[in-house]
Order: sequence, then structure tokens, then C-alpha cells
Amino acid sequence: MKISRRRFLLSSAVVGGGVLIGYSALKPSKHRRANAELATGEERYVTSFIKIEPNNKITVYVPHSEMGQGVHTSLPMMAADELDAAWEDITVEQAPAIDMFANGELVKGFAGELGVPSFLTGIVSASATSIAELMNLQVTGGSSSVRFTGESSMRTAGAAARQMLIECAANRWGVAAVECSTQLTYVQHNASGRSLSYGELAADAALLEPPTDVTLKHPSQFTIMGKAISRVDIPAKVDGSAFYGIDAQSEDMLYAAIRLAPVFGTKLVSVDAGDVLSRRGIKRIIELEDSVAVVADSYWRAKEALKLVKSEFESSDADTTSSADLFAGFERSLSDDNNSKVLEIGDADAAIDNAADVIEGNYTVPYLAHAAMEPMNCTVHIHDNIAEVWTSTQDALGIKARVAKIAGVSEDDAIFHHSYLGGGFGRRLPFNWNVIDHATLIAKEFDVPVKTVMSREDDMQQDYYRPAVASNFKAAFDDNGIVQAWHNRFTGPIQTPGASHIPYAIPNQSIRVVDGDTHVPIAAWRSVDHSQQTFFTESFVDEIAHRSGKNPYQFRMEMLADHPRHRKVLEVAAEAAGYGQNLPEGHALGIAVQESFGSIVAEVAEVSLDSNNRPVVHKVTCAIDCGWAVNPDTVEAQVESGIIYGLTAALYGEISIENGRVAQNNFPDYEMVRMADAPEIEVHIVESGEELGGLGEPSTPPLAAAVSNGLYILTGQRVRALPFKNHDFSRSTPIAQV
Amino acid sequence: MATFNVNGVERNLDIEPEMPLLWALRDELGMTGTKFGCGIASCGACTVHVNGRAVRSCVTPVSAVEGQEITTIEGLAVVAAGTNPSAPDLSAVQQAWIDHQVPQCGYCQSGMIMAVSSLLATNPNPSDADIDSSITNVCRCGSYPRVRKAIRSLAIA
Repeated sequence: MKISRRRFLLSSAVVGGGVLIGYSALKPSKHRRANAELATGEERYVTSFIKIEPNNKITVYVPHSEMGQGVHTSLPMMAADELDAAWEDITVEQAPAIDMFANGELVKGFAGELGVPSFLTGIVSASATSIAELMNLQVTGGSSSVRFTGESSMRTAGAAARQMLIECAANRWGVAAVECSTQLTYVQHNASGRSLSYGELAADAALLEPPTDVTLKHPSQFTIMGKAISRVDIPAKVDGSAFYGIDAQSEDMLYAAIRLAPVFGTKLVSVDAGDVLSRRGIKRIIELEDSVAVVADSYWRAKEALKLVKSEFESSDADTTSSADLFAGFERSLSDDNNSKVLEIGDADAAIDNAADVIEGNYTVPYLAHAAMEPMNCTVHIHDNIAEVWTSTQDALGIKARVAKIAGVSEDDAIFHHSYLGGGFGRRLPFNWNVIDHATLIAKEFDVPVKTVMSREDDMQQDYYRPAVASNFKAAFDDNGIVQAWHNRFTGPIQTPGASHIPYAIPNQSIRVVDGDTHVPIAAWRSVDHSQQTFFTESFVDEIAHRSGKNPYQFRMEMLADHPRHRKVLEVAAEAAGYGQNLPEGHALGIAVQESFGSIVAEVAEVSLDSNNRPVVHKVTCAIDCGWAVNPDTVEAQVESGIIYGLTAALYGEISIENGRVAQNNFPDYEMVRMADAPEIEVHIVESGEELGGLGEPSTPPLAAAVSNGLYILTGQRVRALPFKNHDFSRSTPIAQV
Repeated sequence: MATFNVNGVERNLDIEPEMPLLWALRDELGMTGTKFGCGIASCGACTVHVNGRAVRSCVTPVSAVEGQEITTIEGLAVVAAGTNPSAPDLSAVQQAWIDHQVPQCGYCQSGMIMAVSSLLATNPNPSDADIDSSITNVCRCGSYPRVRKAIRSLAIA
């Protein structure tokens, strides 16, 4: 059965809460098509993402996933402000997963930076995918929603709609448009005192072509942006009514528990289900290429039954591989000459050969799991040649296409049901398909909805991990003790170009990457390459500072003469943290700075050791230059979040490989920062007025280095391998403060 | 047959006695506000109240709550009626969670709110050490600084 576009939208509306339509900002053909085919009753779509009803109710459609970053509030703030609407008149809706609501404009934003991150293209084909192919996306990642979609689409849509509404009012009154103004969802003619609501003008405005260029507000004209507006998603998150993918339910729903091949990339050989099928509620044992699943009328029954199912997976070369083997492989790669240039400035090799002094530092970080609070899950219902899917995802359009392909239906016959995400952090980005593929294959066996849920153990052992990386550094000093060369060799792949670059004025730099591929699947993890590279570079810069006999803060300031924004955040963070002033006995401050995703973040960590000589982080003082703040409270919340996420990784985070498989199971052996470990966090937003920077990720990168640099002062021990839990600080000798 | 009271409503379920309360709530009763996080009582996302005390429902078999009073996030405001005059549909803790904009992804917050509500019921003015030892729920978004501020605001009030 072929469903019409209108039918599709109506069925979407059941979950989405309204009949919707979108089209790329300022594209007249889509604009007309939208109103002709899709507007119902007297509602009208006036430029993309904005629907206006006669009662002056305005709906803003957000083409990004809400996973706690506050984007369902910040993006509508941008549209509403440019529209000159009253915030009270705004209703926010999740844009449906249809091509007209693609957010691929953000690709242009990345293209203007150092390159398109691999989570948009796939790690293998990163360079082969053209930008045009990437436009049909609905991806939430790369800290891009506000700075790219917000700036390029939401503000533009609001401003264009405002101009169209003014034009209609001017025509109706027979006055010049310049004589009209807008305020709080009304157009006014000041000379005559007349006014019309946007709702009264929307039907006429929808007939106009959107202007081809619009004037955006100067910050001094903002009425909504820049204010700490309460998030629209929070009320549902305190009373249990917020809907996540895992909450999909129906009367006839079945549930699948699944066991995937424990050694990545291996296939299922045989299954012995015993008498499992005779247990209560068990419907089917399903064997897939790389897994076995039990389907039952309750998830718990399926999960308990799966424990009794014996399965054998094929053997592989990786069966005896351990983390030690993988890191030994990294060292081999690093020691040969088969590397690729990342950045070459001057002649670092010559500077090292001629140096008065050379220091070296070999750093490593382990694989990490995302461990989002909502375990990976996906519900699929294949019926009447239609595939419906419910899953928490950072890529609704991509999921829809993937499920359609595996279900064997056309994309037009796939329906994606949006939900809030119980955490994303990169796990729910494109190409991390495992639970999606399995859920779809399982659901093909039934005509009712089937919800496939990974246990926490599955989620942890079948992730796409932050890559483990090894990095070998050298720094060369001249006779005067001035650093002349920076040499970095690290294992790839590169997922976010530029993460290994440093802002410091070192005249000779050689940064090269070597092959770091293993059998462990990898993906983007909050802040992607910046999370590993910043621990490395900001730690080694600290080593250089100490070897130079300089205070680490002063050294950075001196080496950043050409980076005033870096200097400013360092200065603000250092001053607020009381850097250089007396600290409580046994406390020390470490500092680090990194630019990522368009924002520059400096962090100062106040650390000590507890009575068991374990690191304690008392406070993190952070300064972020994100250009300016659309919603200052969500800026602070994201910065706090990124710091805690980084701290969990620094203190505890380690996915290790034993016998080819992940050794960790659940939170006890993949420990998390909880209340007792959580530091006080002080956030300073430095408004430079530059272009908007990202927020979801940039506070994560500096954290590990800031803590480590503080621990070095406290203990004299330079930590070159995370996490800190693996280090013994019992024999500490504080270094003399410079 | 398992019999217990959820948010003031008597429930009789034809389920195995060893089925965890979490799955009885979610899959049998369709009450999805209580979340599955780890399945081993480590993360606290599944926290509910049994006779007013916080319990991790993912490891609590329904046989252990036979005949007892269960409160879930959906019923918290009713049970805590009168604690928040400004918005009677929310308990004081829920209101503080909005006032301090605590949740991010929100997935852990049902359990967090239930744990904090239980703590404050027995210890209305907890110290930081009390908070650290009592609230051991995992929040991957790192809402901890705001959780602490929200608890303090309630303790002072």
C-alpha cells in the first residue's frame, strides 16, 4: 500500500502533536508547495519552520533532536526574536523526519571550518562524500544546532516572515513598509496608530515569495535572545511524562532481548535454545548473522530467557587480542615512517637535531563507551508495506532511510516517530547502526511492533567507541631555554580535522598521524578528537612550561600573543579561580585551554588528594568565549555537563579489550562521577561578539588536562595515560610553584 | 497473582513473583515514567518509593512489594500534595527542579527526583555529606551541581 504524503503527515501528527510542514528557508517553490498541499484550515506557513494561525498562535518547528542541550528552546528563541513575536505566543514542535525539514545547511558551516567531521560522512568515506550529498540530513551533532542551523535557518526564517508580514500590512493600509514596525506579534503603523496581529496577516503573507535576502537584528535589538529563558522540555522531564524512544508502547507490542557477537565482526555459528520456547511469554528465537535474539511478550521475560540460550560465534584473529596488544600495535605504527602530514610549520626535525635540550612525552588514552542513560533501543512496526520506527536518535532522516532499506520499503513508506533522547553524546549519530539494524530485522518476522532493547551490558559492550589513541611528543629548546620545536605523532583516524593543532607560537611544528585502526568499532564521542588531543597537547604544553621554568598560566599567555580570545578566557578563568593566590593546604590549580567547535574554553581545576591518595576535584572554574549567548542558562548548563562528562572520563573512563571483547559490563566497572565526586563549577561567559560557537562539546576537552596539570603541581607526577584511577599518587612530592 | 498499590490504585497482575517491579510498571502497567538504566541497582534511574522510601525497582521483585504502597514519578505530586502551593500539580521537589532548570536529557531525573524526595522526607536539611552519601544516582548529563542547588533551596525553605 502506498501512502500519500498527506497521509504520512497525518500519521506523523499522532505523535508529533500537529500537522506540520517545512521547507528550506527562503526557497519559494517549497514554500508554495507547502501551503498548497499541507496547510489545513486557516493555518499558514510563513517561511520555513514557522506556522501562524489566525488566533496569533505561532508554532516554530525545530529540525534538531532534543537531548538535553536545550535546542528546543534556543532555536525557537532565535526565530521568535527575529520575527518580533512575543515568547508567550510561541509553541515549539519537533520538526518531522521529512526531507523538507532537513538541516543539512549545517554542513556548509563545517565546510567553512577545518572540514566536515566524519560523523556526517562515515569514517571510511570522509573525503569521498560531496557536500551536496550531505544536505539531506537531520543530524544533531558537532555542537552545530544553534551556531549553524540557528544562524543560517531559524533567524533567517524569522526575519523573512517578519518582512512578509510587514509588506502585507503596508499593502492593506496603503502605506509604505518603512512606516510600519513590529512588536510582540503585531505589525503597527505608528503614524495612524493602527495595528494588525500576525495571525490576521498570515493568510496574505503566505501568498508572498519570501525575500531573497533579509536583514538580521543587531544584538542591541534583541528582545528574546540573550535572556535566560526556561527550557520548554523541562516540565515534562519532572513528572514522568517526557517521551523517550524506549517508552514506545502498544497493546500488542513484543519485546526482544539480543546477544551480539562478543568479538566485534564475528558471525553466529550455532544456537541451542533448549526448551526456552516453552517458557511463559516466549514467542520466537531469532538467529541473525551476528546475533541471537529472544522475542517475548515482556522485555524481562525475553531477557531472562536469553540467559538460557547457548550460542556459539565463529572464531577470529581478534579472539586473543587485548588492550596491551592494541597499544603495542600503536607503538609499532608510531615508530615507523609511514605517516601522513597533518601540519608542518618550519623544520621541526632540524630544530630537534640542533636543540640544546629535547623533552619527550608518550601519551595514551583508552577506548571509551558513551553510556547514555537511555540504553540503546529501537521499536519497529512493519505492516501493510509500511515501516514505522521509534528510536531516540541524533539523525532522524538517516534512521528512517536505514530502516526503510532493511525493511524493504521505500523511504516514502517509512514513518519516523520522534522522541526525546536519553542522552546522545555521539552514540546516536549516523552509521552507529547496530541496534537499529537488528530491531528492523527482528520486526520483519512479526506484524506487531517489536521493541528491541539492549541491556546496559549490551550497550557497554556493543558500542562504537571513542578511539584509543597513542601520541608521542617531542619539544626542542634552544640555548636560552626557549621552545623552538613541537613534534607530535599520533594514531588515527582523524574524525575532526584540526583537533591536534595548537594555538601556541612555536616556530617549528611537525604534526603527523599514523594508522590506528583496530577491530574495535569507533565513532564520535562528545567533542570527538578534541577529547583525546586536548589531554595530550595541553598536558605536553604544561610540560614545556615547567621545563621552561615558567608558570603554566604565564607561559600560555606569552605563547598566545596572536590569540587574544584564548588569552581573554585564560585571564578570566585564572582570575576567577584565584590563580596565583593562596590555596587551602594540599590544594593545587591546573589550567588548560582549547578551541573546539567554534568556542574557546579555559578551565582551571582545583585539585587535592583524599586520605586514600585519590584525586579530588573541588572546583572547576571555566571561561567560555562562544561569541555570544543565545540562552545564557543553557550555555552554563552545557558547560557544566561537558565538564562532568570529561571528569568521568578522566577519573574513571576505560574500556579495555580482553580476548577480543570489551571487559567492562556495567556501571560498577565503568564507573561514573556521581554527586560525591562532582565539583563545584563556576562558568563565565565571555561575550566577544564574534560568530556563535558551539556549546554541547567545547567544555569537555580541557578538563582532563586541567586536572592533570593540577595533580602534577600537587604530586610531581605527570600523568600521561588516562584514567587517573590507574595511577598511584601515594608517593607524591609537590613541585615548587613558579 | 501480584497485588500492590501504585499511586493510590490497587493493581492485580498475573505475573511471575520474581518479575522486577520496574518491568511490571513499564511493560505490564504501561507506566513509563520510571526508567530502565542498568538493571543492577547501580544507577538509580528506576527509583520509586515503597511505603515512602526510595527503592531501586529494577532489582525489586514484585513478590517483595506484595500488598505495599508504591509511588512512582507519575504519582509523586498527588502523594506530596500541598508541598507546593504555587503549582499544586507538582511537588516542591519537582518545582525546584524547574526553578533550577535541573534536567538536561532528563532520562535519569525521575529516579533522581524520587531519591531526593525520599531523602528530604527523612532529613529535611541534609548536609553536603548527607547528599553525597544518599543521592548516588547516575546522571550522564552531569546535572549534579544543579541537583545540589535545588536540594539546598528546599532545605533552606
